[in-house]
Amino acid sequence: MEKFTIVQSRAIPLAIENIDTDQIIPARFLKATDRKGFGNNVFRDWRFDKEGNLNVGFTLNDAKYSGEILVTGHNFGCGSSREHAAWAIGDYGFKVVISSFFADIFKGNALNNGLLPVEVSPEFLKQLLDTITANPETEIKVDLEAQTITLLASGESESFEINDYKKTCLLNGYDDIDYLLNQKEKIEQFEQQNS
Amino acid sequence: MGKTLFDKVWDKHVVDSISNGPQILYIDKHLIHEVTSPQAFSVLEERSIPLFRPKQIVATADHNTPTVNQHLPIKDLLSRNQLDHLTKNCAKNNIELYGLGHENNGIIHVIAPELGITQPGMTMVCGDSHTSTHGAFGTIAFGIGTSQVAQVFASQCLLLTKPKSMRISVNGKLQNGVLPKDVALYVIAKLGTDAGTGHFIEFAGDVFENMTMEGRMTVCNMSIEMGARGGMIAPDQTTYDYIKGRDFAPKGGVFDKKVVEWNSLQTDVNATFDVEYTFDATDIAPMITYGTNPGMGIKISENIPESNNESFEKSLAYMGFQKGESLIGKEINYVFLGSCTNSRIEDFRVAANYIKGKQKAANINAWLVPGSQRVAKQIKEEGLDEIFVEAGFELRQPGCSACLAMNEDKIPEGEYCVSTSNRNFEGRQGQGAKTLLASPLVAAATAVEGKIIDITKYLN
Repeated sequence: MEKFTIVQSRAIPLAIENIDTDQIIPARFLKATDRKGFGNNVFRDWRFDKEGNLNVGFTLNDAKYSGEILVTGHNFGCGSSREHAAWAIGDYGFKVVISSFFADIFKGNALNNGLLPVEVSPEFLKQLLDTITANPETEIKVDLEAQTITLLASGESESFEINDYKKTCLLNGYDDIDYLLNQKEKIEQFEQQNS
Repeated sequence: MGKTLFDKVWDKHVVDSISNGPQILYIDKHLIHEVTSPQAFSVLEERSIPLFRPKQIVATADHNTPTVNQHLPIKDLLSRNQLDHLTKNCAKNNIELYGLGHENNGIIHVIAPELGITQPGMTMVCGDSHTSTHGAFGTIAFGIGTSQVAQVFASQCLLLTKPKSMRISVNGKLQNGVLPKDVALYVIAKLGTDAGTGHFIEFAGDVFENMTMEGRMTVCNMSIEMGARGGMIAPDQTTYDYIKGRDFAPKGGVFDKKVVEWNSLQTDVNATFDVEYTFDATDIAPMITYGTNPGMGIKISENIPESNNESFEKSLAYMGFQKGESLIGKEINYVFLGSCTNSRIEDFRVAANYIKGKQKAANINAWLVPGSQRVAKQIKEEGLDEIFVEAGFELRQPGCSACLAMNEDKIPEGEYCVSTSNRNFEGRQGQGAKTLLASPLVAAATAVEGKIIDITKYLN
């Protein structure tokens, strides 16, 4: 996994609540057996119409927006456990997803793939969305070490939560398998005690 | 302080705790299927990590399989390739696979309980969010991502932070025609699709105590639709009667010893929950959804609520419904009876009981998809298939089918489908398809009438 430290970038707004993983990556694209290329189909049925033409009204297709940060509505990533959703968002080029609330499984999947879910207050989320919409060139800085998210133009900032273990993993590019493999003895001991 | 059912099972499976971090949780059973496992197998191969406990894994093919002509080669090349991957990966790693056509094949959350693999007090995971189904047995069961599938392959453990606890009690007597699915849709409509996030639910009260195992599975299955990783119901005599004698259930004296152990799993009287909700069973009616998330549900005789929320309006626009209108009388052309939520024998009994002596409406395309080969067999043994055929329906072969429309079973663009599945998300059942979630009874009534009817009038 790539190390995550600081992301400073413009952001793309997607102010819809309860975006489920079927919208992020529809089931018909889950037939692959590797992890690559899911970005092509991220938000497929919102980005394209049924003839495959670009839906120009959708923010990801709007040339005025760009960046490695996706700013979304409440309860992002609900529904299916498909990790393909996190792969698709990462593969498209996002490194951070901001919301006021994330569904559990998506959040875990994102963290396991070096995609940082940043949970902010509903007020700060509204401010971010309003600012980006009014001025798409606005840059946002997400600092994992300091656990802060800052609107660079105004300096307005909020801190966010992440558990120490996951933070260490992201900062160093470690994943859970490394950790668990180091615990084999303890796990075998546990099995013996409980057999 | 006392312990909850969840605490008791969780604490017994903690291998170790990381300070200010997650705990290492031991996983007893790992269920896998073709869609979310191939990349996990690849991770292990790339890193030369052997599978740690292949005997604790059970595999099936369900998500991406056809529900007709299963004996023929699968036409879709990508689907066939994905199933071939599963077969090869299971053979290479000595994993028990109940593949297409096997007598034990079916939807993973239907087959594991019916084979007696699911047992009280266990921890179970699967790369599928509806793993919550197994909580019906007093099991900690939850869906995981593919990275976690790889972690369990490698170590039979996961790194997890203990979730908060929630108890949902429903007391009283359910009205005639109110099914477990209605109880689930009612609770989600009341609390919302995010209420359970960060929590594990215990369903308590006499409504669940009086429910069959099939009903309890339907309710726990839908826990994820309110955001909870899982939901549980304390094991009791109903649970033990269901498990006893099944293929992988403990036998003889071992079973009796297990029952004593399982009896100790009840939540202690003095245990407390982070959040508690209580509902009155008599207020629950047959439900139906009108929007694009499972929380957008109403009693079938109620009107769609009014709201000026942008996401709510976007949802209604997709569905082609108006604020404040009734769904009664809406013409429906598709009905799906199936999915890990409602494809067990009891669901087909309910449908057959309603359909008996009636005829399928001419405009209706109905897909009746049993959850497993065993359910399909039992449908025949009980003669339910004859009732369906006489009424103009045909039964398909087991699989996830139109619940997620990964295979050919897609609801066409713009069509409404009354579905016994679990998700009414945009495009879930096919691009542009409009899903209304309901119980098997409401689905059967819709299939006979060709439109939504007020089932409560029929029942009374």
